[in-house]
Amino acid sequence: MPKFESMNHLEEYRGRLLSSRNPQEPQVLVCGGPGCLPMGSEEVAAAFQAELKQRGLNGNVVLKESGCQGLCAKAVKVMLRPQGITYQQVTAEDVPEIVEATLVNGKILDKFCYQDPADGSVKAYKSKVPFYQGQRPIVLGKMDLIDPTSLDDYLAQGGYQALQKVLGGKSPEAVIDAVERSGLRGRGGGGFPTGRKWRLCRQAPGDVKYLICNGDEGDPGAFMDRAVMEGDPHAVLEGMIIGGFAIGANQGYIYVRHEYPLAVKRLALAIDQAREAGLLGANLLGSGFSFDVKISKGAGAFVCGEETALIASMEGDIGEPHPRPPYPAVAGLWGKPTVINNVETWANVPAIMSHGPEWYAAIGTENSKGTKVFSLVGAVNNTGLVEVPMGTTLRQMVYDLGGGIRDGGEFKAVQTGGPSGGCIPKQFLDLPVDYDSLQSVGSIMGSGGMIVMDETSCMVDVARYFMSFLHDESCGKCTPCREGTKHLLEILTEITKGNGKEEHIPLMEELCDTMAAASLCGLGQSAVNPVRSTLKYFREEYEAHILHKKCPALVCRPLLKYTVDPETCTGCLACVRECPVDAIHGEAAEPQVIDQELCVKCGMCHAVCKFDAVKVES
Amino acid sequence: MTDPQRLETIMSRYAGVAADLIPVLQDIQDEFNYLPKDELKVVAQHLNVPLTRVYSVATFFKMFSLEPRGKHLIRVCLGTACHLRGGQRLVETVGRRLNVGPGHATEDLQFSLETVGCLGSCAQAPLMMIDDKYFGRMAVDKVPKILKPYKP
Repeated sequence: MPKFESMNHLEEYRGRLLSSRNPQEPQVLVCGGPGCLPMGSEEVAAAFQAELKQRGLNGNVVLKESGCQGLCAKAVKVMLRPQGITYQQVTAEDVPEIVEATLVNGKILDKFCYQDPADGSVKAYKSKVPFYQGQRPIVLGKMDLIDPTSLDDYLAQGGYQALQKVLGGKSPEAVIDAVERSGLRGRGGGGFPTGRKWRLCRQAPGDVKYLICNGDEGDPGAFMDRAVMEGDPHAVLEGMIIGGFAIGANQGYIYVRHEYPLAVKRLALAIDQAREAGLLGANLLGSGFSFDVKISKGAGAFVCGEETALIASMEGDIGEPHPRPPYPAVAGLWGKPTVINNVETWANVPAIMSHGPEWYAAIGTENSKGTKVFSLVGAVNNTGLVEVPMGTTLRQMVYDLGGGIRDGGEFKAVQTGGPSGGCIPKQFLDLPVDYDSLQSVGSIMGSGGMIVMDETSCMVDVARYFMSFLHDESCGKCTPCREGTKHLLEILTEITKGNGKEEHIPLMEELCDTMAAASLCGLGQSAVNPVRSTLKYFREEYEAHILHKKCPALVCRPLLKYTVDPETCTGCLACVRECPVDAIHGEAAEPQVIDQELCVKCGMCHAVCKFDAVKVES
Repeated sequence: MTDPQRLETIMSRYAGVAADLIPVLQDIQDEFNYLPKDELKVVAQHLNVPLTRVYSVATFFKMFSLEPRGKHLIRVCLGTACHLRGGQRLVETVGRRLNVGPGHATEDLQFSLETVGCLGSCAQAPLMMIDDKYFGRMAVDKVPKILKPYKP
């Protein structure tokens, strides 16, 4: 890779690169995204490599490991280009068959294609799979086209063209104007208008300014930023460089949580590549503008997703938030004006500059423009990453893209916004999702986690789960959050144990009001959302626990009773081996009996029984 | 016991200012697998920060351990999707198989067991990691087979 001295130099290189590439060249892209990696994608890629080599095809077929291909439920995903065939649930053992049939003989293998549950039809091409049809990929658009470790791949897809456009003739003010007109709002959850934030920072007095990419994706249930950092790292860098030019910053930082080792590795590689190519460093593309990026690794604290806590930890201190104002745009890192935006926000910037703000603003709703990436997980059939226009309804996401509730179950709620969000019940399924609509029903957009729950989820347990998480993650600086999360957790735990009292409900409501009003940062202020929303929409579940000492979803352990059905028990003793307290007795090949005095209701027996002989009731 | 050479190599990568504290501690933990007390004293001197601040940071952030950790790090995800699909039962099973509680190391220092807020592969819940390898769609009866290759 040469060091690009000018815009023309880069454009000439891109021209040569494109003319050297044959668009009809056969390509195998094995998904290496967050959903496929745990399901053996590395083994599948290795099997392709070995098989292609053995058949002498390694010169004709290009093998790549791509970013997230979206439909994680059907891991491991493989994309075959140029046809656009998308195979699913591929294992290393399947690879020789795929190479022989599809790559050599051009035959599509139905068994690796998506089958529409509605009519049983086979969908071989990505464009025909319902999961992808309602999507509008902008941030995820290059995921299944490029190898994220290749700068050439990014350039071949038009990468860094937005930067060329900006450095080649736009003023910083014009860039800020464009971002403002696009209507882009912060994708980390707050939804603050990005252009306005940049303008505040640009106008703030001071020669030295900083820019931070917040990759501390701590919301449990959200992995879109991980997928972007791992799958298209140059898009994040390009957005940051444009942002640095706009606000007048020469140094940027990417703060990545240490739980994402691959994201750190991919970003570090992209930074090295960009430096070598003259896309980072001094005098970028001969423009006179200099910009560099460093990675700062988080050390494991949810509160560091909050911008002032993040800055504190970057300065070498514990991650405690500070009161705002002053906002970081005025006094941030080392007291200097600093813009902090989330990964997905930065990744939107190149597309906005390339296609223009009007193009972007034409997508979405009146006050929420563009698209949003969601991690659609939980009790839906098609779990995965989706990118949809703002204003897409929950029903479209759960049923059209998500393929409905798994195992033919009933939709109960969708949880958005992580621990700061709420549980949205069935009556709002037709809600068009944007920043304002989610707030109007007691939740928030958050970073884009969307956890679908069916009747097997207990909403009191969900509230207790989030409170336990928040109590653990509360930094302890302010009293309302530190003590509030503690007491809410205690009360919720008592309710799930069957010790709830009627007066607990108004007490929790009062605690929520105090925390929301008096907590120092967003963590404490929004920590009440999981409790408030479940109290509002699922009060009957609280009442079942408090008044009748029952958990209708069969989740809260102390309220359960496990028994063995003597008719179906085969006496295989699997449960006996797994029981941690030796509470199950009986002869081999004879029905077993659970000693209710000893049973701790952990549910191990139920989990391991292959014959569905362990019954649970409340 | 301090190991001046290993620590010196780490410190030489940094300017020696207070802001380097977290990356220095991360490097020490990478190198020593935990944060040895004697090393922390040297860090405080090198970066010219009070030892209390070093401890404050080392105990605030979840990734740091002041106790020696096991050779293999097992992380069980307790993110929302994993919680709903039996993540808690998974932690209990791993803990019982290895006779260790979350946040601790086995007596032979072969394993450390930790729980994590979210590992970011929510579509494959419940999930666990051993060192850098992910195991998706876990079930309690898969645990013994998965642990086996890591046992001494």
